[in-house]
Amino acid sequence: MGPAKSVVMALTQELAPVDLDAWAAACAQAMSAGKRLLTLFGRTDGDDGVVTTAVMLGSESGESRRNVLRGRGRRGDAFASLTATHPAAQMLERELWEQTGLQPTGHPWLKPVRFEGERQQHMVDYPFFSVRGQEVHEVGVGPIHASVIEPGHFRFMCHGEQVHHLEIQLGYQHRGVEALLLQRPPLGLSSLVESIAGDSSIAYAWGYCAAVEALAGVQVSLDSDRVRGVALELERVAMHLAGLTGLATDIAFLQGGATYGRLRTAIINATMRVCGSRFGRGWLRPGGVRFGLTPALRQDLLTTLSAFSKDIGEVNDLMLNARSVQSRFQGVGTVSLKAAQELGLVGPPARASGVDFDIRVSLPGRLYTAHPVNVLHEDTGDCWARLRLRMREIDESVRWICEVLEAPEADLSQANIVPIGKLWPGTLCVSVREGFRGPVIQALETASDGSLLHYKVQDPSLLNWFGLALAVRNNEISDFPICNKSFDLSYCGNDL
Amino acid sequence: MLESIAVRVSQGSQFIPDPRAASPIGFRGKPLIASADCAGGCEACLASCPTAAITLNPVAIDLGRCVLCGDCEPACPSARISFSNDVRMAATDRQALTVSQPRPELDPIKVNEALRKRFGRSLKLRSVSAGGCNGCELEVNALTNVNFDIGRYGIDIVASPRHADGLVLTGPITRNMAQALQLCWDGMPEPKLVIAVGACAISGSPFEGSTTLDRAFLDRFAPTLYVPGCPPHPLTFVRGVLDLLGISS
Repeated sequence: MGPAKSVVMALTQELAPVDLDAWAAACAQAMSAGKRLLTLFGRTDGDDGVVTTAVMLGSESGESRRNVLRGRGRRGDAFASLTATHPAAQMLERELWEQTGLQPTGHPWLKPVRFEGERQQHMVDYPFFSVRGQEVHEVGVGPIHASVIEPGHFRFMCHGEQVHHLEIQLGYQHRGVEALLLQRPPLGLSSLVESIAGDSSIAYAWGYCAAVEALAGVQVSLDSDRVRGVALELERVAMHLAGLTGLATDIAFLQGGATYGRLRTAIINATMRVCGSRFGRGWLRPGGVRFGLTPALRQDLLTTLSAFSKDIGEVNDLMLNARSVQSRFQGVGTVSLKAAQELGLVGPPARASGVDFDIRVSLPGRLYTAHPVNVLHEDTGDCWARLRLRMREIDESVRWICEVLEAPEADLSQANIVPIGKLWPGTLCVSVREGFRGPVIQALETASDGSLLHYKVQDPSLLNWFGLALAVRNNEISDFPICNKSFDLSYCGNDL
Repeated sequence: MLESIAVRVSQGSQFIPDPRAASPIGFRGKPLIASADCAGGCEACLASCPTAAITLNPVAIDLGRCVLCGDCEPACPSARISFSNDVRMAATDRQALTVSQPRPELDPIKVNEALRKRFGRSLKLRSVSAGGCNGCELEVNALTNVNFDIGRYGIDIVASPRHADGLVLTGPITRNMAQALQLCWDGMPEPKLVIAVGACAISGSPFEGSTTLDRAFLDRFAPTLYVPGCPPHPLTFVRGVLDLLGISS
């Protein structure tokens, strides 16, 4: 048995959906047994039928570690909410309720995720919690914020200077992505997919390409995967630099802000020299890559990264040794390991709290088996940990890129596009990629004629926003910017 | 202190001296359409375009819809479409954003004297993302970094609509954001202008036709400047604004 692939395939007729209660019970059982809930979603089936899907990830090795659980019900049907016993399901159950009308009974806060469908334009009706008592007050911020940033509303419930709880209302960015993905030819979705969360274009494009390739029974060359891997790590480096720029600027550590900013320019301009876009748009396409790394481009990247490594090491040391930086970040916005595990946090916020979870290691496929990635974690779970983790992940990405660029067995110069034929009918394909924020999940299901029946998108931010709410508790509102920036979550990825 | 000096020395001088003379290496920018004939009945480019930006007879590309993905280039059997690294794609008129073989260049932006007089030495901008994917937002942010440094021309991004002269609009304008966008605009004092940044803001582009958009705002307030791209290169923005306001670089 080979290494576990990052694409989970199942024939829908073999999934044998059970009734909702049995499905929910099976999900609860799997989670109680220590499996991670990777995704949970539903789709309408006929007039008022609903088919639910949950994908679990266990700790066994090889293919057996993933399993798919399917349920079936009707709109309005109730089932015992998983959230009461397994908080990691809280956001996914809210979304299931909003999208399909199924009722998770006992869910502690069944609120709209993004105000889609008939709830559009009712943003003002969000059922906020409220605090009562002496010396309590609420502060509302957004949807439009002071800086150039996507919109979202944050409501702080405070006692004096201290934040009791933060409630985050999103949905302002809802563009109807999932519906649009079904209206266009399944092999012509690259540009739309690259704009689902436009700072994660590579992660999304790769996940989409891997899914349609698997559904068509096509395997791209290992060299194509190597180029895709290089693209993804360049994206991770660039976006972690954007995060570090923001963190430095938020505490008025201006030299850090200016330096991380220009270092990011060097990386995204190198990406542009390869593929024409500073964000990697147009680089990956179903069947392969449109731009290979010719010897000249390979050397260009190595030279760029060599100069980069020296400069970033210098500014990281400056930042980490500054007592003003230490004092601002240490002990602020802490998420404990237990909370991160219970909430099912993913990506850097989870790893900064000590959770060793990274899809590149959990589901390595042949690429990350040939070129393993070292998973990094921090133990303190505070803004300082998330800051340091981003710095260390940049170093690891640069190391990994150089390893692949210098691998003697690799021929990265070819821009190969393997033709993709018809997609297999009646198949569910769940594709996962570790983007810079965590696992980007795309689940595609084909109908009996091979057309796309459902395209479910899950950005890692969906699960992490609640982690931010938790991080701010017992801190001050003035700590919110660094908490927010250290999580660095996507609004449009959440809102779809 | 020594660490700080070392970082400062490595930083060197990063600003682009003259944005009008800059030409980003490798950028997939303004399309070029060759004068060869199309194969009879061929519509390969139309099928390859994700945003319906291409029309035929003659072959023309609407930069207000084009996401510069480049998928049409390999699709064309007659090799008629290619892309230059030219960033000059901004325009003051929506209709003028189309390039074709008979009309390969966009009209140069004419200095608007009234705007030059009022904002030529100080233009404060408020950014609103209304469904933007964070691509345009990151590039608008990049305008103020040490490379593009628009502050040297008196152009700034400000926090409050009360302080703003112009609205930088990104995203296709979602219905859920339409009200907040209007409130922000209403909070800006007259005179004021709209700059539409990115294919989504200009036309809806990949999201056009979604039932979750409400683009009525643009029917009421036509942009003064259109900045195409997906996302636009910061230089496309800088050049457009400098030309519009007659600012020398």
